[in-house]
Amino acid sequence: MLTFLVLQGIALWMFFRFNRFHRTVFLGVANELTGSINSQVDKVDDYFRLREENRRVHRMNDSLLNLLKTNYNFPDTGLQVVVDSLKFDTLKTEYRRYVYRDAKVVYNSVNFENNYLQLSRGANNGVRDNMAVINSDGAIVGVVINVSPNFSQVMGLLHTKSRVPAMMKTSLAAGTIRWDAADPRFLTLDGISKDVEINKGDSVLTSRYSYNYPPGFLIGTIAEVKVDQATGFYLLKVRSATDFTSIQQVFVVENLQREEQLQLNTDTENILNQDRR
Amino acid sequence: MSDLIKNIFRLAIFILVQVYVLNKIPHLHRFIIPYLYFVFILWLPFNTPRLSLLFIGFITGLTLDYFKLTPGLHTAACVLIAYIRPFIIGILISKEVTELTFHEPSPRGMGWTQYMIYAFILTLLHHTYLVLLEWLQFGSFLDFLIKVGSTTAVSMLLITTVELMFPRSLKYRTNTA
Repeated sequence: MLTFLVLQGIALWMFFRFNRFHRTVFLGVANELTGSINSQVDKVDDYFRLREENRRVHRMNDSLLNLLKTNYNFPDTGLQVVVDSLKFDTLKTEYRRYVYRDAKVVYNSVNFENNYLQLSRGANNGVRDNMAVINSDGAIVGVVINVSPNFSQVMGLLHTKSRVPAMMKTSLAAGTIRWDAADPRFLTLDGISKDVEINKGDSVLTSRYSYNYPPGFLIGTIAEVKVDQATGFYLLKVRSATDFTSIQQVFVVENLQREEQLQLNTDTENILNQDRR
Repeated sequence: MSDLIKNIFRLAIFILVQVYVLNKIPHLHRFIIPYLYFVFILWLPFNTPRLSLLFIGFITGLTLDYFKLTPGLHTAACVLIAYIRPFIIGILISKEVTELTFHEPSPRGMGWTQYMIYAFILTLLHHTYLVLLEWLQFGSFLDFLIKVGSTTAVSMLLITTVELMFPRSLKYRTNTA
């Protein structure tokens, strides 16, 4: 009886602690172990999703090819392309904000209320907590919540605790993306008031005001528009741009200015607190 | 094969099947979540000491938890059914069966009716506790009730299938899912 209570106690303590902080005993060691098994199984699993993955990579290449300078002709022959040299001078007028690293998904589920992914890159490859994860075609997948030396765990959009700052592509109205744990193809968008015009099929992008996610990446498209009469806000159903059943290769995005932004935040709060005396 | 080695293999197979087959099946419906791994605890021999039963339950749950990244969730449910198991066996089955004739719970040894009642009670307990813990974090009460019912039904279906497909001949060798 006593042993039962003790073991129950340990289990429940782990459960509630993990829900709050996403940390638990031996998680690093366990992560390495499950990661090595997962990556073996994944070698086989990959073959079933190659077609989807190929299509995504091709689409991404297509969008990048279209950005090339050589695609554009200038009708006026007197006009020349002049590269602004100021950008490259020693005064360093531009700062890099986002760094992309490639990674391989080795484990992934969609059947639960809280779904996690495991990536085959960890602290040794520069992956840290709170980095955003995007799919091979640039759609949002989730955010890194825990890293071990060679693997990392990602909280996907299909997680009841996932909150992603989002904006509408046309009106730039800001809201929050959640998941209601019902259907892995659909997400919910909250916090947009009904005076903004929204149509079925509109794109939902990541917000410019996020610390983790790079702005302007596709989250999904509006699938259903309803208005909550009580609050005057929309109840929007969003079809996820990422097919969570067939994720294979992803990019981990690091915001190089994240620390600075957070520091500024805490500093501002400190100043406000001082004034209140 | 000794009991120890046999059960270590069983645990490995149950966990691998749960993680790489059942957890990966395409999404059918939010209420249909197939669980089978806890049958490992149902299948442990009758003469397992209660203390080791608890620790085995703890390890089983924890292994799955680390794969699914839900530390403590399945552990708590497994420890609960490992604790309740001896009481259920005490009520349902005569001493003669448990101590002399048969080695571990199985439909052949106990009879289908008794075995299914035994499996049903523990499955229901496991799922109720599991879904309760999840529900504390998220969801409505109606969701909770439906989910307990549906997951239990799916698990019972799986258990029946496994018992029919792999009848364990108790003396000679082991067949696992």
